[in-house]
Amino acid sequence: MTDAITVSGLRKAFGRTVALDGLDLTVAEGEVHGFLGPNGSGKSTTLRALLGLLRPDAGTASVLGRDPWHDATELHRDLAYVPGDVVLWPTLTGGETIDLLGRLRGGVDEDRRRHLVERFELDETKKGKAYSKGNRQKVALIAALASDARLLLLDEPTAGLDPLMEQVFQDELVAVRRDGRTVLLSSHILSEVERACDRVSIVRAGKVVDSGSLAELRGLTRTRVRASLTDVPDVAEASRWPGVGDVAVDGTHLSCAVEAEHLGTLVAELARRGVTGLTCQPPTLEELFLARYDRTSPAYEEVPT
Amino acid sequence: MTRLAGTAELLRLAVRRDRVLIPASILGLLVLALGSARATLDIYPDDATAAAGLGEIIANPAVVAMYGPLGSPTADALAVFKTVMMGAVLTSILALVVVRRHTRTEEDDGRLELVSAGVVGRWAPLASAVTLAVGAVLVASALAGAGLAALGLDGRGSLAFAVSWATAGLAMVGIAALAVQVASTTRGAGGLAFGAVGAAYLVRAAGDTATEGSAVHALGWLSPLGWAGRVEPYGADRLWVLGLGVGVLVVGVTGAVAVLDRRDLGAGLLPARSGPSRAGRSLGGPLGLAARLATGTLVGWVVGLVLGGAVVGSLMGSIGSLADNPQMRQVLEAIGGSAGSVEEIYLATETKFVAIAVAAAGIGLVLRLTAAERAGLTESVLATPTRRAHWYGAHVAVGIVLPAVLMTVVGLVVGFVGSRTSAAAPGVGETLAASLATLPAVWVLIGVAALLAGATPRFAPTAWGVALVAFVVGELGPTMQLPGWVVDLSPFTHLSQLPGGSFAATEALALTLLAAALVLAGAVAYDRRDVT
Ligand SMILES: Nc1ncnc2c1ncn2[C@@H]1O[C@H](COP(=O)(O)OP(=O)(O)OP(=O)(O)O)[C@@H](O)[C@H]1O
Ligand SMILES: [Mg+2]
Repeated sequence: MTDAITVSGLRKAFGRTVALDGLDLTVAEGEVHGFLGPNGSGKSTTLRALLGLLRPDAGTASVLGRDPWHDATELHRDLAYVPGDVVLWPTLTGGETIDLLGRLRGGVDEDRRRHLVERFELDETKKGKAYSKGNRQKVALIAALASDARLLLLDEPTAGLDPLMEQVFQDELVAVRRDGRTVLLSSHILSEVERACDRVSIVRAGKVVDSGSLAELRGLTRTRVRASLTDVPDVAEASRWPGVGDVAVDGTHLSCAVEAEHLGTLVAELARRGVTGLTCQPPTLEELFLARYDRTSPAYEEVPT
Repeated sequence: MTRLAGTAELLRLAVRRDRVLIPASILGLLVLALGSARATLDIYPDDATAAAGLGEIIANPAVVAMYGPLGSPTADALAVFKTVMMGAVLTSILALVVVRRHTRTEEDDGRLELVSAGVVGRWAPLASAVTLAVGAVLVASALAGAGLAALGLDGRGSLAFAVSWATAGLAMVGIAALAVQVASTTRGAGGLAFGAVGAAYLVRAAGDTATEGSAVHALGWLSPLGWAGRVEPYGADRLWVLGLGVGVLVVGVTGAVAVLDRRDLGAGLLPARSGPSRAGRSLGGPLGLAARLATGTLVGWVVGLVLGGAVVGSLMGSIGSLADNPQMRQVLEAIGGSAGSVEEIYLATETKFVAIAVAAAGIGLVLRLTAAERAGLTESVLATPTRRAHWYGAHVAVGIVLPAVLMTVVGLVVGFVGSRTSAAAPGVGETLAASLATLPAVWVLIGVAALLAGATPRFAPTAWGVALVAFVVGELGPTMQLPGWVVDLSPFTHLSQLPGGSFAATEALALTLLAAALVLAGAVAYDRRDVT
């Protein structure tokens, strides 16, 4: 599979704020790629650089085989974008805006447009000023999804959508993927990412700190283990077991966190100590991300990057 | 009083945001008043020379139409003759800009919603904006009056001068306060408020040129700018006129509060209407979009200029021809920037006034390039295969075409009405030619705005300042005896002396080429910078 997006060492500073600090990112053709990270970590800046709206200070980016800064216009023929803050022209109606953006892209696919307006239940006759946040978002989504772009750059596309509309968006995303189109989706909604994305990249302070499938990322985070034992070790001893940390002992109960690769060793050790009860909890998605978002989190230091 | 809660905090915020705008404007107004007074006094140090030199000319209706009545044939009155009215207009504009900036603009951009959710009363934003604007008007007026007194002008007359500016400024605060509540958008509010300034100027011009005691002359008492002139500093010194300004302020603010209490946040008096579900054929590209968004502006200006042009043209009748005294003609030429009959000089000067207003309209359209960027609309457009040059060009194109259309309208209306009113007035062809001949200078100012918008969105609003300075330097530079090269910096200096004189083709071409170069430089810069 070829890559739709390859970015390496991308740097962008606004005055003294360093928004992107050597960002590397690869998105394969045909995949839906999740782009996650805390507020202000550089997701929107990355997307703008990929669009050629911002000129990077250093590093290289290639989108659909083109340099986004130099070949912006050509590149945009194959690409659609939903900005993070959707703003509409106050005096144009939603329908006019969809048509305008479609025509700027070279034409509107009438069938797809009609289908999407129906699915998203958009009232096209309202003026931009009169739309609610979610409805503004729908206008931008319909304009982007109605195109036959090979690559969709979506910056928090479901912000403001109600759960029903979010479901519609998920369905449309499935259709997009079925068509073999590529999507880079920035989001804060983990369940959305889990359902829709083949792979994710996590960005923090302008750098990608992790990239891979969710299963791979899960493997990098420790499993929480709770056991009732007849022969309880003390905390210091248990902490010396390979890959084990965050140990607590309470009567006959031991609880600790263990890296996935050392889980087998730990279970063998517990068996020798007469385990009478055992629960293993893989990290929840929230834990997975919290550990990577929070630079002060102790768990983070133990996550190999 | 809970409706005023938070006013002090909002006022502090507003002062902070305007810490450059207001002091710089006040400084500009002071330079205008004091600089020209100083220069005039250098030429006419005492009443006798003043009376001999300019007294008669200033009684000429053509000049009175432009600047209002002269208080008395004294050196002091002469020293402020142009700046009473120019300053009153500029103070009014400052007042309306300050009021609008902190009310409707904030509301349009959604920031007021954030603020309103805090412990901020419903009236607080309006109250803080009005307070700040009143403060700015009073400080500007008081400093100008004090400065004139310090230059040695008559004390009571200097107070009257301050009253004159303050009357216009305070009245405009009231009118702007009402306008920002009634209109539902920043642009709509601007249209109403600037329209009010234009109307006030025209009513004043009509009133001041009519014979005293006539009904039309009394009409001048309906215009805040008429009041400013009729204070007649260093003459009648009618200080009580300030009461009229304060009255309009009180009435305007009361009306604004009444509207404010009845409407929703973000709305005006008129409810939002829905529109077509599909885009018309013309809305297919950057130019179609820019033109569509400029339509309201165009219609507003055409209506305003047709009315204004009709008034300007109809005044031709009341402007008699002046004696063919060569010395007087010389001074008239200095004032009007044209050679020829009184009617021609009058027309030349009014045309320049209209040209600067039209340039401002064009600059507003060009600066929508950066307004769209600030609002976050540009990235949606530039994420499509639209070339940056195309997007930039569309905005600049409407900014270039609008002044051409408007100057054509003005030329036709003034020429038509004028030639019907007075046999001595220049004909339609001549008037139209004079009108169109100002375009190269207007385009240079548009070019400056384009370059600034293309290169640095942050400093793009300086284009307004450049236009204002260019106009004032062109208008007052010779009177103020500024060095020749400074006066030459204003594109208005290089315009043809039309009507009456001959068309300066070389200068017109040079200005047009300069404008084109500025526009191109802006395009190059726009292609190279970040768009956020
Ligand atoms: N035009 C700009 N000027 C100055 N600083 C900027 C600009 N755009 C972004 N930044 C800064 O760059 C950093 C990254 O911002 P960015 O918008 O990319 O974050 P994000 O990951 O999209 O955040 P969020 O999840 O809140 O949308 C932030 O510190 C932000 O303040
Ligand atoms: Mg963002």
